Amino acid sequence: MTVTDADAMHGVDVLFDTTVEAGDGWTGELPAGSRLRIVDLCGNQAVDTLFFDAHDYTNRYSAVDTVREQGAAYLTTGSVLRSVDLDPLATIVADTCGRHDTLGGACAQESNVVRYGRHTRHQHACRTTFVRQAMAWGRGLEKRDLTHNVNFFMNVPLTRDGGLTFEDGVSAPGKYVELRADRDLLVLVSNCPQLNNPCNGYNPTPVQLTGWRT
Amino acid sequence: MTATDVRYTHEIAAGAAWTVRLGRHRSLRLTCLDDGANASVLMFAAADPLERLNVPDTLKAQMSACVRPPMVLMSDMGRALASVTGSSLDWHDAVTGHSTDALVEARFGPSSYAADRNGWRRSARAGLLDELWKHGLGKRDLHATVNLFSKVVPGGDERGSLAFEPGHAATGDWVELRAEQDLLVVLSTAPHPMDPTPVWAPARLRADVAAVPAPGADDASRRFRAESGRALAETERSLA
Repeated sequence: MTVTDADAMHGVDVLFDTTVEAGDGWTGELPAGSRLRIVDLCGNQAVDTLFFDAHDYTNRYSAVDTVREQGAAYLTTGSVLRSVDLDPLATIVADTCGRHDTLGGACAQESNVVRYGRHTRHQHACRTTFVRQAMAWGRGLEKRDLTHNVNFFMNVPLTRDGGLTFEDGVSAPGKYVELRADRDLLVLVSNCPQLNNPCNGYNPTPVQLTGWRT
Repeated sequence: MTATDVRYTHEIAAGAAWTVRLGRHRSLRLTCLDDGANASVLMFAAADPLERLNVPDTLKAQMSACVRPPMVLMSDMGRALASVTGSSLDWHDAVTGHSTDALVEARFGPSSYAADRNGWRRSARAGLLDELWKHGLGKRDLHATVNLFSKVVPGGDERGSLAFEPGHAATGDWVELRAEQDLLVVLSTAPHPMDPTPVWAPARLRADVAAVPAPGADDASRRFRAESGRALAETERSLA
């Protein structure tokens, strides 16, 4: 199912094709018009992702603007990921999972303390991964640039009476989501190391990221 | 929820922006002076504005799709910023962002000071950025706002559709926040971006700032959920 299959490789220019281990991160640029496929290799793995306009990091992904403009909380095929300036950053063009979260945010060591207790203060967390990725990338990226993210393959249902819960994933081994970059993008990924809730099935696993130009 | 030790009162104009420095254990009570009010609110730790309100952390820790009493508003650093100590309303939106100039102009047409004087239709974004800039902050410091007095209901369907509920807040409705550490609270009274009212009809608010007691062991916010209590405890420990 991956783009590196011999047939799918024909006539495409692969930009990257990499496995991101559980708890690891990835940073890269995605030119306008190119595709990014994220494959949940083992199932039920949250992939925390941030998008920035590659030429203006202040024009970054905005979860709440995205949700409002599409009039719905969950992301799937057809969802346009919008920036704070309401520009389309990327569009989901294929999705075999069916539902992705963008209101649950990323886990942090500090929020783990609030959610699970002080014994989790030194466990690995997505926002530390984002900080490391941003530091390594440089180019002026700082903590204040790390905003509310997309959680691919994560299931956070909202109810009519105002409830919000982290549920067991709707994903499964081999499920994937594919995005088209609507402008030149910088993408930061944290392959979630959370062990304290069902977002990774209590067992974080690797995912595959493939970028290509058609 | 009667504020007995009011230190000052301020009327926030309709469609305007305002910043309040709210000291620890001061309450900010906002009361609607007109129907259909909205207040899009950003919040920062005064001691270090890199620490700011984090709506996803606040909602997921308290398993809520909205802000309501007695929830604790949490920072991205796992500390309580403020507690929602009371409200006449059981729902304040936090998941659909605030208005931008593009949205306001598309709905209501162009507006300017020259044409409209102080009736100039300024979006929440424009007002919030004006206020942020006064404190050395800016676009990179925008985060999800809490939209006090507005209600956006999830449909409970496959898409998680979201519908704005008109007429949620009426004149006299109120909400009260208690600062758990020194805060910078930045807000705009521009209408909610999903409000279908066909004319530009922002509402005025009255702000009452009062001194209130520190939350005790039996405080409703502390006892709401274990997570709410832990966020309060983390703030108290850091200021011990």
